[in-house]
Amino acid sequence: MKLEHQVVIEWIEKGSSVLDLGCGNGDLLAALVKEKEVKAQGIEIDEKAIYECVAKGLSVVQQDIETGLSEYLEKSFDYVILVGSLQQVKKPDLILKAALRVGKKTIVSFPNFGHYKVRLQILFGGKVPVTPSLPFEWYDTPNLHFLSVSNFIEYCQKRGIHIDRSAFLGRGRVKALPNLRAETSLFMLSS
Amino acid sequence: MTEGIQTLGVVATQAFTFANQPDKLMLDSGETLSPVTLAYETYGSLNEGKSNAILVEHALSGDAHAAGYHEGEKSPGWWDDMIGPGKGLDTDKYFVICSNVIGGCKGSTGPSSTDPKTGKPYALSFPSITIRDMVEAQRQLIDQLKIEKLLSVVGGSMGGMQALQWIVSYPDRVRSAIPIATTLKHAPQQIAFDEVGRQAIMADVNWRDGDYYGRPLPARGLAVARMVGHITYMSDASMAEKFGRQQKSNERPSRFGADFEVEGYLRYRGDNFVKRFDANSYLYITKAMDRFDLLSSKKLSEVFKGVKAKILLIAFKSDWLYPTYQSQEILKACKLTGVDATFCEINSTYGHDAFLLEVEEETHLLKHFLGGVPV
Repeated sequence: MKLEHQVVIEWIEKGSSVLDLGCGNGDLLAALVKEKEVKAQGIEIDEKAIYECVAKGLSVVQQDIETGLSEYLEKSFDYVILVGSLQQVKKPDLILKAALRVGKKTIVSFPNFGHYKVRLQILFGGKVPVTPSLPFEWYDTPNLHFLSVSNFIEYCQKRGIHIDRSAFLGRGRVKALPNLRAETSLFMLSS
Repeated sequence: MTEGIQTLGVVATQAFTFANQPDKLMLDSGETLSPVTLAYETYGSLNEGKSNAILVEHALSGDAHAAGYHEGEKSPGWWDDMIGPGKGLDTDKYFVICSNVIGGCKGSTGPSSTDPKTGKPYALSFPSITIRDMVEAQRQLIDQLKIEKLLSVVGGSMGGMQALQWIVSYPDRVRSAIPIATTLKHAPQQIAFDEVGRQAIMADVNWRDGDYYGRPLPARGLAVARMVGHITYMSDASMAEKFGRQQKSNERPSRFGADFEVEGYLRYRGDNFVKRFDANSYLYITKAMDRFDLLSSKKLSEVFKGVKAKILLIAFKSDWLYPTYQSQEILKACKLTGVDATFCEINSTYGHDAFLLEVEEETHLLKHFLGGVPV
């Protein structure tokens, strides 16, 4: 299993309720149901992915994240999670605000644009970087925004969002200098 | 037929009569009906705990014959693709019940039934009925079958309205519901098309204020109503694919003959419908659909309060009669009350008819969804 998913599973309390934004084929949600007995709900726009989720016994709704989120009441879920796709949504600011409203806690993860390989590729190659956590060419990428660990921490301070936990991942867990060494970062947030 | 999948074989419609005098069925309108007969069919077998029963609800022109073959008939029931051994509603696992609605003309009490008071057909003295009345009558059937809790209530279009009415009226008696291509309430566009159909029937000189039994039927009117209906069940794309601008080869051309394939198709469908459906039933049932409003004065956040069923909602991209937004409204009501919901918009070009045609996708969704409902 992806290390990123392992961290999320670690963080989530047993028996809680989880809303997964852009849950894809439902692998993470299914693992959360299995290991943490969560009450799972997914939002996913892709019809094929919906069929895969339903085959895993998951409850999932075919909607875009923004519309899907706005219809829930405040604090409808213990956790709202947005794993690996913060940089792919059109308006991350609005989505985060909505996620913090609907969930008691929000968990987000994204590839870190501050990673040293990214910096080196831009500095010496003069080209848009292609790395393990940012594997796409500029002309065919789902990523709309590029942000670093430092960008995100600064953003949370500016918006008054509380960072409850964080985790930084490279090949393994990154303990020091995350903005330079983390390929992926995860944050647990509350408003 | 897909290999390895068997059909149900020969089935027969049964009848259940209740509300015999002095009992009566109280209707939404305040009027009563006595006695009441419901035509129904069952497939598969009820388990010992009576916990594997699924109620299938039919649409406007449907009937109790959902699957299998009637003795000597060549075509199977209207949802035979979905109901049978190994199918979406797997009769090896589930006990599937399909009941006709009151107001109908396929073996259940409706305007063409004999009024015991007069010995003549009810015609327009038949009381107005609602979707809730249909569900009330079915509930009596479910009681009669000694089923305390249904595993699921499944239906498309008007059948979906009944499924929604079931979970609201009897939250403790339904474990799950699968409303397909349906709505919480009819919108003006839906009412408008129904009204054109009704006007066509009532404009037929043979209709005679509904008093046509034993006389020439208002066949033209009902056929036109059905033609309008069929247009709304298809889509621009599905019609283009099915008919194009293909011309029919007429041996004796007339000025306004059915030149195009689509005209011929509509005429054929209209004429065929007259043989199997009662014009007054068409009036009563379309009115019941138009009046359906699960919200009425309630807020969206209140309509599913107390609902315990898990819900699978299905809509179809090209369905412009029951557009996706109407299913999304049901979904929103689920979200606001914390009802466990799954929603899928199937990318189909078939229009509203898709609920009868997109068998592969529906089979996948229903099978897995039902597998997650505890028997």
